[in-house]
Amino acid sequence: MTIVANFELNKNRLANIKGRKIDVPGFKAPVLKKRSSARNDNFVGWRRENGRVGVRNHVLILPLDDLSNAACEAVANNVKGTLAIPHAYGRLQFGEDLDIHFRTLIGAGSNPNVAAVVVIGIEDGWTKIIVDGIAKTGKPVVGFGIEGVGDIGTIAKASYVAKEFVQWASELQREKCDIGELWVSTKCGESDTTTGLSSCPTVGNMYDKLLPKGIYGVFGETSEITGAEHLCKARAATPEVGERWYKMWKAYQTDVIEQFKTTDLSDSQPTKGNIKGGLSTIEEKALGNLEKIGRESKFIDILQPAEAPAKGAGLYFMDTSSAAAECVTLMAAGGYVVHTFPTGQGNVIGNPIVPVIKITGNPQTMRTMPEHIDVDVSGILRRDMTIPEAGDALIANIVRTSNGRLTAAEALGHREFSMTKLYRSA
Amino acid sequence: MSAPHLLVHELKDNVGVVVVEGLKAGTKMLCVVTHDNSSFELTVKADVPIGHKVALKDLKAGDTAIKYGQDIGKMVGPAKVGEYVHVHNLKTKRW
Repeated sequence: MTIVANFELNKNRLANIKGRKIDVPGFKAPVLKKRSSARNDNFVGWRRENGRVGVRNHVLILPLDDLSNAACEAVANNVKGTLAIPHAYGRLQFGEDLDIHFRTLIGAGSNPNVAAVVVIGIEDGWTKIIVDGIAKTGKPVVGFGIEGVGDIGTIAKASYVAKEFVQWASELQREKCDIGELWVSTKCGESDTTTGLSSCPTVGNMYDKLLPKGIYGVFGETSEITGAEHLCKARAATPEVGERWYKMWKAYQTDVIEQFKTTDLSDSQPTKGNIKGGLSTIEEKALGNLEKIGRESKFIDILQPAEAPAKGAGLYFMDTSSAAAECVTLMAAGGYVVHTFPTGQGNVIGNPIVPVIKITGNPQTMRTMPEHIDVDVSGILRRDMTIPEAGDALIANIVRTSNGRLTAAEALGHREFSMTKLYRSA
Repeated sequence: MSAPHLLVHELKDNVGVVVVEGLKAGTKMLCVVTHDNSSFELTVKADVPIGHKVALKDLKAGDTAIKYGQDIGKMVGPAKVGEYVHVHNLKTKRW
């Protein structure tokens, strides 16, 4: 017997999800009653000690280095409601590579989607650098070094602190915030020709509407502007910013691509997935990519990887890779709290601390992997949805997500946290 | 307007994008230019998958492919009007 309370069963739902037959005998998916549509000019978020607003309330268990992943995961297992974010690096790094490592960890802990942080490192020195960096936000943060104590003693101490943090965080109340307080990042992935026609212009339209309301925006993907660099440079707020942007873009071409390429990049950029989706060249991919910044917006500054913007509200460019997890991790470390992610062929990426909203206009992707998509704009290709309508649908989803609705990537457990590494460790 | 088979970004583009699944050679396509919503018809000469490109005019090796009104690379093989354009006959000018 099926006992139903407070939701309606849709008998056809599982038999046919957007054209795909799914055979799960004897199981009917619940369809929740729709909530009344909230107004799209505000949301409820957590206001942090430094005044920034978060849309999630994580207690992070943050490893300084690869060696500390096991202890962090043990603490997260002990204390429910905490989140460990294991990663691959943190030993013997130096110079700019180490700066990015520190900035990424401090930035992740400082993100307003995080209420409190437990840092664990193999030794005390660098652990203290991360703790001190996060502490500047005013949020609770405690660090532990493993050497001289061992994993088990560290896990015990850190678990006591984590339990206090998670109980404290669970009582923090949300408050009504203006949509202009959001920091919204963007980066697309597994792009195809439909992203340039539909999902990227959808994000662009969202920026054209929300940047004037005071949000912070950011786009990046340095190598993926190649072919549209003249258009991107022209979107800088001043000629000086444009020149600095062009130098940064050019430096990647000469310092990295020319130095390390073996044949050419035609099998990497565009990717095999891009090519399968119909993109033939980097120029074509770049022109679609740049649709994400819309028609009106100008970018006001260039950020280093994982750097927080410091010139006020507006659109920024961050010098990042186009690899999805690396790029979103850097933008999250920059302080952005919601990510908008156009995809064509169906990139499944998520992030542990920032909800990643997937937008697609590709009807084939909507048919074959709908569980990964938050906003369906395939109507644009059929010409029964306009770009401004799609932009409004995305804004509505950003508000719902900020109010607490889990994104597809969150519901499916995607927590990719990928450090950017510039060169071999010492 | 019924749903188009092919979308073109700008009037000066010489390639367009198939936006329907299962397009078969010989289909008379409804093509729409998104810039001004103007439309035209074109017969596609190959089975072209969704998201992949079709030549809007006769292109020969050495020609520049134009999409978004911009240079997206050089033709390294011919494509007559209605034929398939992809990595077999179009290559980046960058790397």
